[in-house]
Amino acid sequence: MGMTMTQKILAAHAGLDSVQAGQLILADLDLVLGNDITSPVAIKEFAKLNKTGVFDKDKVTMVMDHFAPNKDIKAAEQCKMCRNFCGEKEITHFYDVGKMGIEHALLPEKGLVTAGNVVIGADSHTCTYGALGAFSTGVGSTDMACGMAIGKAWFKVPSAIKFNLTGSLRKYVSGKDVILHIIGKIGVDGALYRSMEFTGEGLSSLTMADRLCIANMAIEAGAKNGIFEVDDITLEYIREHGGAEPVIYKADEDAVYDEIIEIDLSAIEPTVAFPHLPENARTFDQFDDIKIDQVVIGSCTNGRLEDLQIAAEIMKGRKCAKNVRVIVIPATQQIYLDAMEQGLLKIFIESGAVVSTPTCGPCLGGYMGILAAGERAVTTTNRNFVGRMGHTESEVYLASPAVAAASALTGKISSPWEVMSR
Amino acid sequence: MKYTGNAIKYGDNVDTDVIIPARYLNTSDHAELASHCMEDIDKTFVIRVQKDDIMVAGQNFGCGSSREHAPIAIKASGISLVIAKSFARIFYRNAINIGLAIVECPEAAEGISEGDMVEADLDNGVIRNITTGMEYKTAPFPEFIQNIIENGGLVNSIANGTIG
Repeated sequence: MGMTMTQKILAAHAGLDSVQAGQLILADLDLVLGNDITSPVAIKEFAKLNKTGVFDKDKVTMVMDHFAPNKDIKAAEQCKMCRNFCGEKEITHFYDVGKMGIEHALLPEKGLVTAGNVVIGADSHTCTYGALGAFSTGVGSTDMACGMAIGKAWFKVPSAIKFNLTGSLRKYVSGKDVILHIIGKIGVDGALYRSMEFTGEGLSSLTMADRLCIANMAIEAGAKNGIFEVDDITLEYIREHGGAEPVIYKADEDAVYDEIIEIDLSAIEPTVAFPHLPENARTFDQFDDIKIDQVVIGSCTNGRLEDLQIAAEIMKGRKCAKNVRVIVIPATQQIYLDAMEQGLLKIFIESGAVVSTPTCGPCLGGYMGILAAGERAVTTTNRNFVGRMGHTESEVYLASPAVAAASALTGKISSPWEVMSR
Repeated sequence: MKYTGNAIKYGDNVDTDVIIPARYLNTSDHAELASHCMEDIDKTFVIRVQKDDIMVAGQNFGCGSSREHAPIAIKASGISLVIAKSFARIFYRNAINIGLAIVECPEAAEGISEGDMVEADLDNGVIRNITTGMEYKTAPFPEFIQNIIENGGLVNSIANGTIG
């Protein structure tokens, strides 16, 4: 029986000729990731394993991004614990303030993931690296600890849904609109335990930023992983960022899929996910004016240079609406620097936005933009659960950088199509 | 394993942000995490939860963030078992890895009401609602996972050489 992309990668990493959906395997890991919130729990578990060192000091990485730069004393203690552990175990890829960025923007940028890899991360959005043709999935801290110790993890081989992409995206429509559209269609558990495999002639019109964004939110449909077929765009990205030699796994012609879903990219419109689930996707013909108090442009989903470029294009020479706080967070130091050199930060600041150092901060209600009771935010982040960005009576609307920028200017949830036609 | 306790019931898509809000993730202390468990959807949970109570929920329980703090908070609050129609996959493996008992059983999750006295015998795949007299069948875990549970979690399984 034919295998999917994911099944082929897992079989190769388990030393098996073939695997099938439902099979339990122990697979070799190419990279184990943790952040400042999940790593402390993993470090405590690691101590129980009586191992002197990690399985490979080049294949473990920790990124201080969630509550860093330290938001309070407890957060400082957690980062200190990670710093000490990485120092003691001589971990090569430890990213602290000054070098760090939001983990899922940082790792591809640093060339730490390549096509064909198996990656686990103690962070649910680890599925982002599927955009590079890797199998990568979020796990908990205990899995991280055991992965650091033995370089292996157990998996139940997933079945898959195939997304056949056709057409190309219209102006001001991006990967974010695609994934919100898909989650709206299949629901927050529509891909539970399964892979989402993206293929088709429409791939060629999607930038790496689009693909990273789409794979990033596979978890919001409950998926184990999201993965893109590798093409020239992927290979060029990996080469440019100094990634290791890619290994390309293509799904077999006779691979079995639970479902095949056709997505016409040219039909996708700017899309917004309403509170309090990412599946509450609506297009602009489906709602009236909704006033907002805050806009956040950033996160592992949409804090990349392309995201800032499109937001700056819309905000250039215009002012943010009165009484709207607009927070822009470049996802890595490199993106920050590039945005500075391209004049994007000047555009944001002149329009009335603030620009922050890289951090996950407000996305998970950590700091740097917490909402009060009754407040509403349009954000380019990935979750709009109750209380996600602050008070349980606040509301989060998920959208693309273009929608967020347009909304920043009008003070209500706005389509970039409408704002840019004025 | 057998579990007996009163049911505390929730709906579909209970996410890990409401199980333990991120504002409390600056600690990994089990008791402190337990003191904020379920706070953002049910402020009364920490007051009324009794040792050995059984949490019952709908579909996709534990969706969202991979924070292991979520099953840790539930376990440390005294909950002995979580019965749901389905679990989000990261929560599912985290629960197994840390030794929080969980079981998928849509019929039981539907049929059990808040406050019902429930008895679950996972070895024999039976859940009994003592209050109503109803009985439900569950599927056993695969052997590989059963081994992890019997060894007291993933860390112990590796430490004693069962996996690795």
